[in-house]
Amino acid sequence: MATTTTLPPKKVNRIGLEPAAYKGNRSTLCAGCGHNAISERIIEAFYEMGVEPHQVAKLSGIGCSSKSPAYFLRSSHGFNAVHGRMPSVATGTLLANRTLIAIGVSGDGDSASIGIGQFVHLMRRNLPLIYIIEDNGCYGLTKGQFSATADRGSILKNGVVNDLPPIDTCALAVQLGATYVARSFSGDKKQLLALLQGAIGHRGTAMLDVISPCVTFNDHEGSTKSYSYVKDHDEPLGDISLVPFFEDISVEYDPGTTTEVTLHDGSRLILKKLDHNYNPASKIDALRVLTEAQERGEVVTGLFYVNTEQPNFLDLLNVVDEPLATLPESRVRPPKGALDEVMESLR
Amino acid sequence: MATTHLAPTETELSAGRDQVVNDLSIQVATVNGSGSQSANMVLLRALFQMGIPVSGKNLFPSNIEGLPTWFTIRTSRQGWISRRKEIDFLVAVNAETAEEDVRGLEPGSACVYDEKLNLKRLRNDIVFYPVPFDQLVIPVCPEAKLRKLVRNMVYVGVVARLLEFETAEVERAVRRQFLKKAKAADLNLKAVLAGYDFAAKNLEKKDRFRVERMNANQGKILIDGNSAAALGCMMAGVTVVTWYPITPSSSLCETLIGYMKKYRMDPETGKATFAIVQAEDELAAIGMVMGAGWAGARAMTSTSGPGISLMAEFTGLGYYAEVPGVIFDIQRVGPSTGLPTRTAQGDVLSTALLSHGDTKHPLLFPSSVEECYAMAIDAFDLAEELQTPVFVMSDLDLGMNYWTAEPFSYPDRPLRRGKVLAASDLERLGGFERYRDVDGDGVTYRTLPGNPHPASGYFTRGSGHNEKAIYTERSDTYVNNMDRLARKFETARRMVPGPVIEDSGHEIGLLAYGTTHWAVGESRDQLAREYGVKTDYCRIRAFPFADEVAVFVRRHRRVYIVEQNRDAQLAGLLRLSLDGDEISRLRSVLHYDGLPVDARSVTDSIMTQEVGN
Repeated sequence: MATTTTLPPKKVNRIGLEPAAYKGNRSTLCAGCGHNAISERIIEAFYEMGVEPHQVAKLSGIGCSSKSPAYFLRSSHGFNAVHGRMPSVATGTLLANRTLIAIGVSGDGDSASIGIGQFVHLMRRNLPLIYIIEDNGCYGLTKGQFSATADRGSILKNGVVNDLPPIDTCALAVQLGATYVARSFSGDKKQLLALLQGAIGHRGTAMLDVISPCVTFNDHEGSTKSYSYVKDHDEPLGDISLVPFFEDISVEYDPGTTTEVTLHDGSRLILKKLDHNYNPASKIDALRVLTEAQERGEVVTGLFYVNTEQPNFLDLLNVVDEPLATLPESRVRPPKGALDEVMESLR
Repeated sequence: MATTHLAPTETELSAGRDQVVNDLSIQVATVNGSGSQSANMVLLRALFQMGIPVSGKNLFPSNIEGLPTWFTIRTSRQGWISRRKEIDFLVAVNAETAEEDVRGLEPGSACVYDEKLNLKRLRNDIVFYPVPFDQLVIPVCPEAKLRKLVRNMVYVGVVARLLEFETAEVERAVRRQFLKKAKAADLNLKAVLAGYDFAAKNLEKKDRFRVERMNANQGKILIDGNSAAALGCMMAGVTVVTWYPITPSSSLCETLIGYMKKYRMDPETGKATFAIVQAEDELAAIGMVMGAGWAGARAMTSTSGPGISLMAEFTGLGYYAEVPGVIFDIQRVGPSTGLPTRTAQGDVLSTALLSHGDTKHPLLFPSSVEECYAMAIDAFDLAEELQTPVFVMSDLDLGMNYWTAEPFSYPDRPLRRGKVLAASDLERLGGFERYRDVDGDGVTYRTLPGNPHPASGYFTRGSGHNEKAIYTERSDTYVNNMDRLARKFETARRMVPGPVIEDSGHEIGLLAYGTTHWAVGESRDQLAREYGVKTDYCRIRAFPFADEVAVFVRRHRRVYIVEQNRDAQLAGLLRLSLDGDEISRLRSVLHYDGLPVDARSVTDSIMTQEVGN
């Protein structure tokens, strides 16, 4: 053959990396698990936003969800910690190095039961962390017991009925001080991707509760966290899209129907509302929508609340801009004169 | 006005006895929350400034206001500063405990008391000095609200007069106590003077105790162990501090906050070169330390026994995931509803093996405020060099009481940050394996998050990993990793502070650690002087125990291990590494009543056991 074929140009992102640079190890979760779809979106979001993988720290607790950081961003540092305690490990990590982009992956058992104490305190600190709950309403690794996000009346495979009310992690997060609070569905690629991209651009606690059906233990008739139930009852707040900070695109929209939010990194979230009165800067609107949806048995999804004014925890602590972890000795060990001064005051 | 009420028998009793100069215990019995701590500190400081070896111990209840509290000041010409059981000079101003306190005095002792308590009727073999506190304080302090606080300064004046304190030093101590509050200093000085003048005019000196200037404290400082540890942490370059309030540990981090705000703000930006976080509980405090240590910060927390229990799970992860961190355990008695404001060495065994599975951790045992300072620096170096949680085992007696010390030395070595690979190292090496024992010491190399080299990242989890930090459940890989961790502990044995041994070839050895040291030193003197029993001494400063400890045990026919817990915890730990013959030489002296151990109890226990030998 005399013709030469030219290879199509490789797909790369803003910083010249291919999608493969954002992949992780092969998942050991069940085929069809919602968590795998979420990992795919995380890979896409970091790729699309052009984040250096080495700038990312991945944190998790214990459970199926908490295994998943091994399945994305292979070259980033990751820490699979203790059940329910990812928030404290993430806090320590960011205290040590505030230049990192930290993503924590938790589950509904990990966050709403054993870890509820750390969850609520993380929310009130507004630590700059992307916090994802992969929410399937049950404990998968221990064979399907109910978790605290299971809806009242939900039925286990073996017929056990849940008669306690669910903990709404989004309502808690809004009330306690998280500044970017959303719910999504692992099956809604477009919405979840935009929410994750927005979370990457936000410098405060971005709490995403993602309904992620457990195909093995909680995907049957009678479950409110099954694929079919969520598909039938998903009520998006509106259409959401993101314009990254590095793209100079102007969007035409009717100001009455659309809200634009500029995030800390300069990216813009375009929220096209279905309910014209909904204000994503209002905690009251968020809590009203969440409560009403729960009463109707519907799953409302989208960005409930965003606040880019609230200072984050690291700003409040007034720590230096560089990572504390690697400050040189000259900046962390006071000179002899300081010790002498203290000694003199103790004589 | 009252004068001294001395029965004839008392006069006879005190007459003809030798004067006791600078060897006495003063105990002040007051009510918690009445401001007596300031008055007691003035007494302590005045004696310190007079150059007399002195120590002060606060025995306080778990209460904010209203329950009894005792402060004991001991002076000793020889420099013995452990607690002494016998009280020579009692100040009884708490109605609730006064009678029992008086009944507990040795014959020949003295008691200053609130006149209205009418204590004189209880004994005729001690010297009583009644003082009308209420009447004396009214003209000094017209403002009724403040009287409760100022009232205690009256006994400072009475005691100063009766024991012949130098008045200039008392005044200096008052000014020092109220350093930035000149008005409060003036008011309190007036109260001291009222007590002093009252005693001068109305109390005839009948007891045999007095103090006089010495030169034992030239250049020395007066500091509590928690403040000393805080200074050590600052000089160690700590960058992340997370804590949850618990007595007797809270003052460590609170003092540290003060020092850091003064000496660790970046001069150019005005920003902090540290982060201090009050966590929601001890679970979070240690979790933050693990996160920060993993990301490369010098991170620490401080707690006491109940907090240590809560930190057990994370400590195990830290051991297996090999994450540095420093944990101060300011030990106290038992559970929260036990005697939480009393001292003990009760966490030794549980902390050494804290967590689940096979885990063991380096422990450092400071005996003095100097060691609180120095071992804080050691602990950060060890944690990073060994990549593991390291515990500093202080206690309430050391942490919250005031001790005299030589001024602390500026660190003589740079920070030892351990085996951390930078991007340039990875470039040169072409990569790394997180858990591969390259150097044969069990300590592997790590990278920090944020390192830009593409081979830098790794996934951290518990024990289910191979040398490349890849997930595996293979038995042989697991065993290899466990054996390497055991090898790392042997490296720790060579790196931790070694024991301090005095061996003059005697038959009996004493072995102690932490604050028990002070009573043991005095007890050895008692054993030699009173019984002719000469002893050798091994003071343990860290776990894992250095090899010299077993040598010391083998070298002695009997070794008495003195510790402040019921179950001989350190002896138990030591037995794990000794053979049968060595174990048979061990004896225990145990003290666990919540009070700091005293020399007499040690001496009595040893002599009782020696009779059987």
